[in-house]
Order: sequence, then structure tokens, then C-alpha cells
Amino acid sequence: MKIIKEKHPLLMRWTHWINFPILTIMIWSGMLIYWANDEYSITLFGYTFFSFFPEWFYTFLHIPHRLAEGMAFHFLFMWFFTLNGILYVLYTIISGQWRYLVPQRNSFRDAWLVLLYDLHIRKGIPPQDKYNAAQRIAYTAIIVMGLGSVITGLAIYKPVQFYWITWLFGGYHLARILHFALTVGYMFFFLIHVFQVVMAGWNNFRSVVSGLEVTEEPETLKDPIIDMPEIKTPDTKKL
Amino acid sequence: MEKKVKKVKKELTVDQKINRRNFISFSTFFAAGGAAYGGWRWLYKSPEETSGITAGARKPLRRALNKTELFFRNFFSNNHLVKTYPKEMAAKKVRVNSDIGIDDKDFDPASWALAVRKGNGQVTKISIDEIKALPKTEIIYDFKCVEGWDQIQHWAGVKFSDFIEHFGLTDHAKMPYIGMETPNGEYYIGLEAESALHPQTILAYEMNDQPISLEHGAPLRLIVPVKYGIKNLKRIGTISFSNQRPKDYWAEQGYDYYSGL
Repeated sequence: MKIIKEKHPLLMRWTHWINFPILTIMIWSGMLIYWANDEYSITLFGYTFFSFFPEWFYTFLHIPHRLAEGMAFHFLFMWFFTLNGILYVLYTIISGQWRYLVPQRNSFRDAWLVLLYDLHIRKGIPPQDKYNAAQRIAYTAIIVMGLGSVITGLAIYKPVQFYWITWLFGGYHLARILHFALTVGYMFFFLIHVFQVVMAGWNNFRSVVSGLEVTEEPETLKDPIIDMPEIKTPDTKKL
Repeated sequence: MEKKVKKVKKELTVDQKINRRNFISFSTFFAAGGAAYGGWRWLYKSPEETSGITAGARKPLRRALNKTELFFRNFFSNNHLVKTYPKEMAAKKVRVNSDIGIDDKDFDPASWALAVRKGNGQVTKISIDEIKALPKTEIIYDFKCVEGWDQIQHWAGVKFSDFIEHFGLTDHAKMPYIGMETPNGEYYIGLEAESALHPQTILAYEMNDQPISLEHGAPLRLIVPVKYGIKNLKRIGTISFSNQRPKDYWAEQGYDYYSGL
């Protein structure tokens, strides 16, 4: 017998999907800005392995000579990116969803087992709630990264008025490098995320749009659990 | 009729429930996606602002820049000082990024005088010696370009607020904006009075303890550390006071008028 399981709350689905185009625009407009002083590369012992970015890459994406345009887009969509992020974090805190998201004491060990499982080295993964240990780490890290982008962004946007933020990130240069590195991090996250979603299949993908997950339960099992185990408030005190 | 519909609803099978939810969710998903794409197309294709004090940006984006300026101006304070560095850290080879407005060959620094335009059409001429007679203020700070590079530079001159006070311009500087132009009028900037009167804003005539070279803006240039380099006008010809935003070279090219740090 099929059973409908409520998986992702409405607000978390909306903020997730709203973030996608906003972050895309932020990365694109960020590249329009970065182009004007594209000084970063991966250089070890005097040999440059990769320079951000090769000329063909800029030409392909029509990036050159659009600094003013990039800034205008960046400084509008930064508001949406920040507000959407605040909404998501507030919701996860108030609804109690954070309990499924924040890594637990054994998450770092378990995440390793999840990785081995994903690589087909190990059979079976440790028991989990809504997210496995690797997901807990990844989905919490991405929120911390988002916060990092906003704050390092502020540090290089208003380094005089918010001098203490710039100081906190080790100065103007380091803040700019961090701001850039976080963006590279998003690209890696995106690649792995999309790959995992494809591997996880339709039922999983559908749950991020419709919120529900369908599970097959044997007929003999009576009294099926329809919803996610409810979060009881008294438990908060124990934690 | 209504009763019938209710009855049907009650008898929904699990599969029907799933289909119903999927239909609603995916319809919303694609409708919202389409709306988002439409919104983006609208913004991307939105017309350029009408050329005026600012130009070259899409209308809605210019509006956003101006609103964002208003938000961040709340955080501006004369107590927020730009970080300063020891003299040894100042660059010996100071970067020259532009010669817009100072590229005429026949400019003679010897015959230069600063023109201060007062509201009533009166113009006061001030010589470089009069300016040099005032107390000297120096600053070694990280000059920041809108392009993204920065350099620690060492400048010296008269503090702008000292200049205003000494030449009896305090009442004029109560107007919200100050404009500056090169002698040939080809490069020009506008500042809010608060940025101009910030304690680290100077009219500089020395760089690395030497008179400023022509390419760096001799005989007198603006150093306004609370702004990007684009506002640090070289070779000041005239200074004026205004109730409206004065014209600004880069704000006409699509850049944020404020450009404050």
C-alpha cells in the first residue's frame, strides 16, 4: 500500500527554489565585477595551474566591460538573497526543522559511511531521519556559506562604515578572497547537489516541489505513520 | 450538486491524492518559474534611464541604487575613520589609472588658481600658495578603486574642512552637495557635503612627501578616502556648492552616484 509522507514544508521549498535564480544572478553579476580586476589564480611553487578566468570563458559569457552593470545588479539582488536567507533560517528555527538539519555528534563519523556507501564501497547507511549525516553537514554548511557571503560582501562593500567586519575577516584583501572562494564553493556544491538529486531519483526530487514523498508499505503493517514524527516541544528541554 | 463533490473528495484514493498534490505543486512550480523568467526579462530589457545627472543604467536598477544609497547613508559617521598605515607601507610607484580631464598638453600649473563658485554667481580665486599656507594634513591609507584593486598611498595637503573654514565657506558647505571639476571641465564629480567634510578628506598637493606630479593631479587634487577612486578628482579647477546632485562623470556611465565606502 502506498503511503504519503510529508517531507519538506512549503516555506522551505519556496525559499529553496527562490534562492536558485537569485544566487545565479549574484554569481553572474559578481563575475561582471570581478572581471575588472581578475587577479586570482591557483599558483604553487611559481607554476600557475589555473587562473580565474581564462579569456575564452569571459568571451563566451559576454563578461568583459560590464562592471557598472554588474554592480547595479549585484547591489539589488543582494537584498533578495539576504532576505530569502533570513526567512529560511528563521523558519527552520521556529518550526523546529533545524533539528533535522544541524549535524549531530555522530554526524561526522556517519557522513564518512554515507560517502563510502555512495561510492559503492560499503553496503547500507547508518539510520537517519529526514537527512543523512552527509546531508546534514552539507545543508548546514551551505547556510553558513550564505551568511559568509553576505558578511564578507558587506566587508568589501562598505569597508569604512563597517570597518570592524572588514577587520574581523582579516582585512579588505582576505575578505575579497573569501567572498570569491565562497562562490567557487557554491559551484562545487551545485555540481554535487545536482548529481545526487539525479541519483536519488524522481520521488526525492518531487518532494522538493510538492512536499510529499511516497513510500511503499507492506499490507500487513497496520496503523501506518502518515506524517513525519511530530516534534514535541518538551523535548527541547532535554536537548 | 455540492454534496456530490464532497462525497467524491472523501473517497479519494492515495493515488488520487498524490496526483492532485503533484498537479497543484508542479503547476505552481512552472507558473512561478515562468513568472520569474518573465520578471527577469522585464528587468534585463528595461529601458535605460533618461540622461541627466545620472545615466547609462537601467531605470529600475538606478532606482535601486539610489534607494540602497539612502539605506547605507544611515551608517555614515565622521567617527568611522579609514584605516591608516605607517609611512613605510606606502607604495613608491603610485598607480595611474586614468588621465580623463587632465590630458590637455598646454596646461600651465604656474598660472593655475582654484575657482570657488559661490551660490550668487560670485567666484573666488585661490592660489596654491594660499592653500599651502594652511596647516598640512597627511594621510597614508588604502586607496580603493571601483575596479577592485587597492593600494596604500601617502598624500598630504589641506584638510577640506579646514579649507572651508579658513576661506569663510562654512555657510555654503551647509548645502547638501559639493561639486568639483577639472579646469577643462571634462572630468567632474559630486559629493554629499558630509563626505567632503569627513575629517580625512583633503585637498592634496603632495604625494610621498614630494609635490604631486601632473599625471597624479598637480597642482591640487581631491583625496576622499570614504569614496572609491572615481570620486578623487585630479587637478581641481572649480569647487561649487549645490542643493542638488552636481554632475558626475562616472554616474553618467551607469555607476552608482554615491560610490561610498
